[in-house]
Amino acid sequence: MKADPKGVLTGIHFMDGDHACCEGALAAGSRFAAGYPITPSTEVVERFASRVPTVGGTFIQMEDELAASIALQGGVWGGAKAFTVTSGPGFSLMMEHIGYAAMTETPCVFVDVQRGGPSTGLPTLPAQADMMQAKWGSHGDYEVIALCPNSPQECFDLTIKAFNLAEEYRVPVMFMMDEVVGHMTEKVVIPPADEIEVVPRRHTHKSVEDYLPYGTNGDLVPEMAHAGDGYNFHVTGLTHDERGYPNMTPPVQDKLVRRLQNKILNAVDRISMFEEEEIEGADVIVVSYGITSRVAQRAIEVARKQGLRVGKLRLITAWPFPEKKIRDLAAKVKAFVVPELNLGQMVREVERAAAGKAKTFAVSHAGGGVHNPDDILKVIVEATR
Amino acid sequence: MTDCLNTDLLDDPLGDDRLNTDLLDNSISVENPVERFLRSDRMPHIWCPGCGIGTTVNSFARALIESKIDLGSLALVSGIGCTGRVAGYVKLDSFHTTHGRAIPFATGLKLANPKLNVVVYSGDGDLSAIGGNHLIHAARRNIDLKVICVNNLIYAMTGGQTAPTTPDHSTTSTNPYGVFEPSFNLPHLVEAAGAVYVARWTTFHVRQLARSISEAFKKKGFSFIEVISPCPTLYQRRNKMGDALDAMKFYKEKSKIRHGAPTSEVGMTMTGEIIVGKFVDRERPDYQTMMKAQYTESLGERFVEPTEMVCS
Repeated sequence: MKADPKGVLTGIHFMDGDHACCEGALAAGSRFAAGYPITPSTEVVERFASRVPTVGGTFIQMEDELAASIALQGGVWGGAKAFTVTSGPGFSLMMEHIGYAAMTETPCVFVDVQRGGPSTGLPTLPAQADMMQAKWGSHGDYEVIALCPNSPQECFDLTIKAFNLAEEYRVPVMFMMDEVVGHMTEKVVIPPADEIEVVPRRHTHKSVEDYLPYGTNGDLVPEMAHAGDGYNFHVTGLTHDERGYPNMTPPVQDKLVRRLQNKILNAVDRISMFEEEEIEGADVIVVSYGITSRVAQRAIEVARKQGLRVGKLRLITAWPFPEKKIRDLAAKVKAFVVPELNLGQMVREVERAAAGKAKTFAVSHAGGGVHNPDDILKVIVEATR
Repeated sequence: MTDCLNTDLLDDPLGDDRLNTDLLDNSISVENPVERFLRSDRMPHIWCPGCGIGTTVNSFARALIESKIDLGSLALVSGIGCTGRVAGYVKLDSFHTTHGRAIPFATGLKLANPKLNVVVYSGDGDLSAIGGNHLIHAARRNIDLKVICVNNLIYAMTGGQTAPTTPDHSTTSTNPYGVFEPSFNLPHLVEAAGAVYVARWTTFHVRQLARSISEAFKKKGFSFIEVISPCPTLYQRRNKMGDALDAMKFYKEKSKIRHGAPTSEVGMTMTGEIIVGKFVDRERPDYQTMMKAQYTESLGERFVEPTEMVCS
C-alpha cells in the first residue's frame, strides 16, 4: 500500500539525519511516539512533537526510557505504528522492552543514535558500540532486525524500511544511527506519497471463533488484532501457546522460541541489504556500516589508486547478520578489513562467518570521532600482503 | 481537595444485610453471574487458598455488570506478580506486561485509541516499587486510567519479601528480624500526585469495592482504588496472623469507613485500624482533554485530532 500523503513532506530538503528519521517515521505512517530526552537523539522526537499534532497523532514525553519503550508498545496494540528514540544509556534501559516486543511480537521501531560509552560516556560524540547490544541486549533467545543508515537520505529511506520490516515480521527493528549521521546535514529528497511503499499491519480477518493470536502458517508470523476489535485476546511476556495463554512447559517454550528465531533467520536473504562495489576479483573486502562506511570509502579509493584490488561491502542490515554472504566471499578473497567505531564488535561476526577461509582484520576506534582514513588504508595494505 | 465527594452509593455500613437488587437478580441464575467475564478454559487459577485476589476480581466483574460498561471497548493491563495474573483470567483484551510497567503500557494504549476504557490491575509491589515512578507521573498527567491496586502488603509471587507497603515490624523473608523502614501510604501518594478518584477497601468490603469501581468508570481521569487483600501463605503465616477467615475477621474488626478522610491520616500499621472509604473525588481535566485544548489554542485549524490512529 502507498503512504498516507498527510505525513509525507514531499520535496527537496536540506536536513539532518535526526530530522530525516522523523520524516521517515511520519511517511511510514507512524502516528505515535513515546520518548525521553537524550543527546544526540532528541531532535528526532522534538520534530515529531512539532509535526504530529498536524497529522492526527500523538507524542508523549514519558518519565524515563523504561516507560517510553513500553508506552510505544501500548500504542501498537491500540492500533498505531509506533517508535521510540534514544541513545546508549537510554538504549540500555530499553532492553527489557526489546525482549517484551520480541516475545509478544509487537511490531515497533527503536531508534538508537549511538554515542560513546560505556555509561554516560561521550554524550555528544559518535560511536558504533551498541551493535552487539542491539542484538543481544535483552535476556533470552530472540532475533531482531537492525539497520544502519550512513546519510540523512538513508535516515529517511531506511526508517520507512524499518517500519515496513517491523510490520512484515512482527519484530522490533533497531535503527542504528550514530551521532555523526544524526547531526550531519545533507540533501534529503522526500518523494511523493504515491511513490512510497508502506507495509500495512498483518491484521487478522478471521472470525473471533477462528482467531488464534499466536497461530501461524508457513511464514511463521501470526496475524494481529488490536484492543477494542472484539477478539478478547491475551498478550503476555510469559511463554505462551497459540492462544496466547501462558504455558510454561519445555515443548511450548521450544516451539515458541524457535519460531521467534526462525521467522527471521529463514528470511535472512529477503531482509539483508548491502551495498557492494568491485567485489569481483578483489583481494581484500572492506566491510563497514554507518558513518564508518563513508570514511572507509576514502581509504578504499586511495588503495585502488595504489593498484590494490579492494572491494567494498557495506552492511545496511547488520542483524540478522548476512552470514552466508560473508562465507561465500571468504572463499574468494584473501582478507576482510572491518573498521568500526568500537573495539571490535561486528568484526567478530565477520570472522565467525569467514570461518578461517579468509583472514579478518579489525580497525578499531574507541569512539568520539571517526577514523582517519589513513588508519584504514594501512590495514588494507597489510591485508593484501 | 475532596470537593464533590458523593458517597451515597458507598454508604453500606459493615454488617448491613441489605441486598442490592441488581445483584439479587443476577444471583438467581443457575450460572455464576461473573463467569462470562472469565476465561474458564484457564481455570483452575494459580492463586493460593484464601488469597484475596479472586475476591477482588469478583467485585470487578460485578462492577462491570453494575456499570453496564461496553466490554468491547474495555482493555485490562497488568504488571508482574500474583495480581499481575489477573490479565490472564479475564475474558477481555488483556495485557500481561513487564514488572512495574503496566501503567506506561496502558498510557500508550489509551493515547493510541482514546475510545478504549483502560483498567490497570496490579499489585502493590508492581505499582508502587518498581512502577512507582510511573504511578506518580500518570496521576500527575491525569491520564484516564482506572487503577486497581491489590495490596497484600508483601511480594507474594517471589516468596514473601518486603514491599514498600509492608507495615512496620512485620516479618518478611528479606527482613527476618522485622521491617524497620517506613511504608508507603498509597492513597496519600496518589492524591498528592493528582489522582481525581481515590478509594480504599478490603476484600471484606466486596460490595463497596464493586461500587467504587463502578464510580471510577464514570470518572474521566486517573482513578486509584486500593484493595487490602490477605496473603495467608506468605504474610499472615510468617506474622502469625492466622488464615483467610482470620483475615476477614481482622478486616471486619479493624476497618473504619471514613469517606473523605484526609489521606495523610490513612496510613496502614500492622495492628492498627484500617481506614477505608472514598477519600478523593474531584474534577480535573484529563491528559487528553488538556492536550486537545492546548493544540487547538496553539495550532487552530492545523490541529488534527488523533481519533483514528489505527493502521490498516
